[in-house]
Amino acid sequence: MPVLCSAKCGNNAILKRPKTGDALCKECFYWAFETEIHNTIDNGKLFKSGDKVAIGASGGKDSTVLAYVLKLLNERYNYGLQLFLLSIDEGITGYRDDSLETVKQNRDDYEMPLKILSYEELYGWTMDSIVAQIGRKNNCTFCGVFRRQALDRGAALLGVDCIATGHNADDIAETVLMNVLRGDIARLQRCTSAITSGEGSITRCKPLKYTYEKEIVMYAYFKRLVYFSTECVFAPNAYRGHARAYLKDLEKIRPSAIIDIIHSGERLQAKGTIKMPERRNCSRCGFVSSCEVCKACVLLEGLNRGMPKLGIGKSSKVRLQQAEVNRLKTRINF
Amino acid sequence: MSSGDDGLHVIIEFGGGAELLFDKQKRHVVNLPADREWTLKLLLFWIRDNLLKERPELFLQGDTVRPGILVLVNDADWELLGQGEYRLQKGDTILFISTLHGG
Repeated sequence: MPVLCSAKCGNNAILKRPKTGDALCKECFYWAFETEIHNTIDNGKLFKSGDKVAIGASGGKDSTVLAYVLKLLNERYNYGLQLFLLSIDEGITGYRDDSLETVKQNRDDYEMPLKILSYEELYGWTMDSIVAQIGRKNNCTFCGVFRRQALDRGAALLGVDCIATGHNADDIAETVLMNVLRGDIARLQRCTSAITSGEGSITRCKPLKYTYEKEIVMYAYFKRLVYFSTECVFAPNAYRGHARAYLKDLEKIRPSAIIDIIHSGERLQAKGTIKMPERRNCSRCGFVSSCEVCKACVLLEGLNRGMPKLGIGKSSKVRLQQAEVNRLKTRINF
Repeated sequence: MSSGDDGLHVIIEFGGGAELLFDKQKRHVVNLPADREWTLKLLLFWIRDNLLKERPELFLQGDTVRPGILVLVNDADWELLGQGEYRLQKGDTILFISTLHGG
């Protein structure tokens, strides 16, 4: 027995919305999906007319849907945006090299200029060579820190006003959980914002902030959007995977859990007496940082000095390691 | 798999990365034995025993699909159709899309 669309349009429903429980037909689903993203953009004032916007494009489902929908909404609501695709080539054989082909397809399909920047040209290291050096533990730390900065540099090269990323509601709920588990109050405050900007750093925004992963995949499927769907070859060890599995289990019991966690995260506030890290500029590369030297520079120094653990985990452990290296050096000098 | 005309012909498809568990083959035309009334739940176990090539825990969790895998019957969300209780009809297309890959 087919179920009728909750919008009473007379068509058969094709999807049950996880956020609301509504059963919608294809056309009503498209309308709801696109309008909600427009509302996120509109209410959060994510863009100004005339803005140049770089879409962080990986070739995956989220950024592919983001590029498609931003193009559509830009035309439908006259945002007046100039859209670009910005991709980072981390240098992961069998993963990013393939997915970049999808990004090139997006460039042609959506008629947007594409800029690809590689870790190799920015840092002198590919993720393949980093993993060869440090093993498969903690490699996602390197990749995440480097990608964030690489997107900033790419945006500067393109001369854009803002970077739009494909982070969806599931991603943000995961990040809220991870920041709670880590007790990272500074990130917990920032991670739910649809738009973040600071002095010296480019504005970033997340138009898919309230969009469920299920709906993104359904939208891509019904619209026949082509995206790349291979798990990163290095990913299975990542901490995020556990938060993700937990969140998916919660969603199964109560689908609104994802949006509920985001709303909880938005309402959390640190007491005025809590010390927050100061934002300043890295003394080496000049990018925004909460420390004297930014995380990317510390990680890079560790790699270049053959001490890749530098900048990962507890600083006390790194100090011990450094002391050990110094002790050995002293011995050799004797 | 039994053969003959009295079986239940259905099409099973995998996408979004779920096909990686099935030798990267996205489309499978199968003929289910006619000895029982087929529900989606029974089909899941049949897929595990007959089509799945690796890591069953990435496809099934308990007696349903792993959370994060979407199921569509003839392009409609199985959550509208009673999920595992849905009775398969001749010619149905059942699509499994993983949401867990990529990024």
